[in-house]
Amino acid sequence: MVVNIDRDLKVKVLVLGDSGVGKSSFTHLISYGQITKNHPGYTIGCSTEIKLHDFKQGTLDEKAFCVEVWDIGASKSHAGSRSIFYNNVNGVILVHDLTNNKSLQNLKKWLNDVLNHESSYGLNSVKVSTSTSTPATEQPPYSGLPLIMIGTKLELVNEVNRASKMTAGRNLSTQLGCTEILLDTSNPKYLVAGSGNSVKLSRFFDKTIEHAMLQRKVSMTTSSNMVTTSSLGHRNATALGVEGRKRVMTSAASSSGSNKLSPATSYKSAHLD
Amino acid sequence: MSFFSDSCVMFTTQIGFFAFGWIFFLVQLFKDYECRHRTVQIIFSATFSLSCTMFELIIFEIVDILNPDSRYFHWRLNLYVILFLVVFLLPFCISYFVVTNIRLLQNVKMPATAVVWCTFIYFFWKIGDPFPILSAQHGILSIEQVISRVGVIGVTVMALLSGFGAVNCPYTYSSYFLRHVTSEDIAAIEKKLLQTLEMISNKKKRIAIAKRHNSMRQSNDANGSGWLFSRFRSPQNSPSSMIENTDLLQRDVDSLEELCRQIFLETVDLRAENQRIKYSKTFRGRYFNILGYFFSIYCSWKIFMCTINIVFNRVGKVDPVTKGLTILVHFFGIDFNIKLWSQHVSFILVGVMIVTSIRGLLITLTKFFYAISSSKSSNIIVMGLAQIMGMYFVSSVLLMRMNMPEDYRQIITKVLGDLQFQFYHRWFDVIFLVSALSSIGFLYLAHKQAPEKHTVKDITLSAAFNNMNN
Repeated sequence: MVVNIDRDLKVKVLVLGDSGVGKSSFTHLISYGQITKNHPGYTIGCSTEIKLHDFKQGTLDEKAFCVEVWDIGASKSHAGSRSIFYNNVNGVILVHDLTNNKSLQNLKKWLNDVLNHESSYGLNSVKVSTSTSTPATEQPPYSGLPLIMIGTKLELVNEVNRASKMTAGRNLSTQLGCTEILLDTSNPKYLVAGSGNSVKLSRFFDKTIEHAMLQRKVSMTTSSNMVTTSSLGHRNATALGVEGRKRVMTSAASSSGSNKLSPATSYKSAHLD
Repeated sequence: MSFFSDSCVMFTTQIGFFAFGWIFFLVQLFKDYECRHRTVQIIFSATFSLSCTMFELIIFEIVDILNPDSRYFHWRLNLYVILFLVVFLLPFCISYFVVTNIRLLQNVKMPATAVVWCTFIYFFWKIGDPFPILSAQHGILSIEQVISRVGVIGVTVMALLSGFGAVNCPYTYSSYFLRHVTSEDIAAIEKKLLQTLEMISNKKKRIAIAKRHNSMRQSNDANGSGWLFSRFRSPQNSPSSMIENTDLLQRDVDSLEELCRQIFLETVDLRAENQRIKYSKTFRGRYFNILGYFFSIYCSWKIFMCTINIVFNRVGKVDPVTKGLTILVHFFGIDFNIKLWSQHVSFILVGVMIVTSIRGLLITLTKFFYAISSSKSSNIIVMGLAQIMGMYFVSSVLLMRMNMPEDYRQIITKVLGDLQFQFYHRWFDVIFLVSALSSIGFLYLAHKQAPEKHTVKDITLSAAFNNMNN
């Protein structure tokens, strides 16, 4: 277990999906490692849980981060009031019910709700591939919001239908460029340490932590540059205002080192263009 | 030959209604669910189609299309099939789906279904006992027994819905009752919500970190120096104080979460109210506002008439169409062919009533379905709604009899048998009155509570924030 725990970095992950698919059970499972004793009722508003995730475990700079998992209630009557939860998101977990096709089709709507909300520093775009033939694992690393898809209630799907359901899920996950996990939230064996599913999940959390770190770096550079431009004098500052931000963004991009930011390939362009 | 062509016309229209019911089911009701049992969809569409056919036959009666004999035949056929559906098939399906959902009874599905269905039939029969609905000469297995009971249930549902609707309609339409909500109110309460969520996450972080330190210490003790160190461990590092800390934090978290839920519900309320205020400023809003005032006058008049009917125990013998036309002829001296005009006017009146009642019922069913269904219970609820729909339409035919001139009433009397129609009207009036008055009571209480919520909550919130600030 990791000794070093970072409490300062705010990492926020949303759990979205239709009503009754199993978001609350899943959130409880990943945060506490055990299944809920009593059946949770419908979530009203939003319930947050904290997951201590070991980032870069096994390396020298391993650290544990507190990831806030926000489980958003999905009642239809509360639709207009949910947008307040969509600020400053670092990752999205999309949950659908394997016994109900419509919950899979509605996932796109949920994702669009989050993306259409105001973006933070242009890091909220999602790369969508046009071809469905490239499998998810071969996708080049994309900029923007980390995603993962979870299919629940696996134990209620009989063997006959399993193949067709898995193809439908796989198509959507390829389209969104993310991985998919199929599980039963009342059985912790699916997420036991070392299994393929838990590796996928921890890779997802790694990406969200990196996204949060990048966001923090960009916001710090922006604020520090704003301070310096304002000290140059008022006229210069207003002239530099928009341009200055643009230069800051691209310089932040180039200084981040890796080829993570590739705005040319994002399908939803950020507000800075 | 004419009978055959009439039957063709009837069946074509029935297939048209069936298709409409099918599409309504797929697009409106089961928007978010996968339909795994096609039988549910078929039965729902069949009930809808048969109900619409009954109304269609009334229209045909007034306008005098098709042969009277074939009309009568189709009436009886339709009635038998719809009664079979509503009394036998639908309860059986509902019991089957209920039993399937209960895990314990998986092995004895069929017998359990039969048992539940028999209890339903027993209670259905018992409904008829307290009411004076039948003349004594009918045997025990006649169709009148079944129709009379179906009529009682259907009339009750109709009266409840129209009583509530008559009161709720002016309340929602008119802008007099709107509370004043500004966007600053909404912004303020959303800020509180986010602050509460922030506090909850901070406390949960502390609990999670404390738990991890705890378990790390325990595992260190297990591999470490053993019992010697545990004796000399200083009190402030002892695990008991750490556990106590998390318990206290956990209790704080639980109460904060409850607070968070309530704040969220208030946010939803305020936003809905804001939407209504914005809507009332548009043209449609203003039009509905004026309509609301007219409806409130109509509703009070109706309640007044119901009370008069019950108190003075009178049932109108003449339908409004003939009465209205007679008044026109006598007081205004307009001379026209009453018979012809009564046919047209009753056609329009009955047509409008049918369309509005079908539309109203479908909208109400959709609202109920969205409110109470989940992925497990969707089948049961849809079947329940189909049963209510069937009973509702049968009773509306029963009650519509009063609104038609004498000539057209005969076919309904002939088909439905010799029922005590006055009883049903009286029963409708009583239930309508009860429903309208209790809706007024409920809406008054709900409206009274709402504006005071803000001031009370503010005091509780500020106290909560003062106590629980870390």
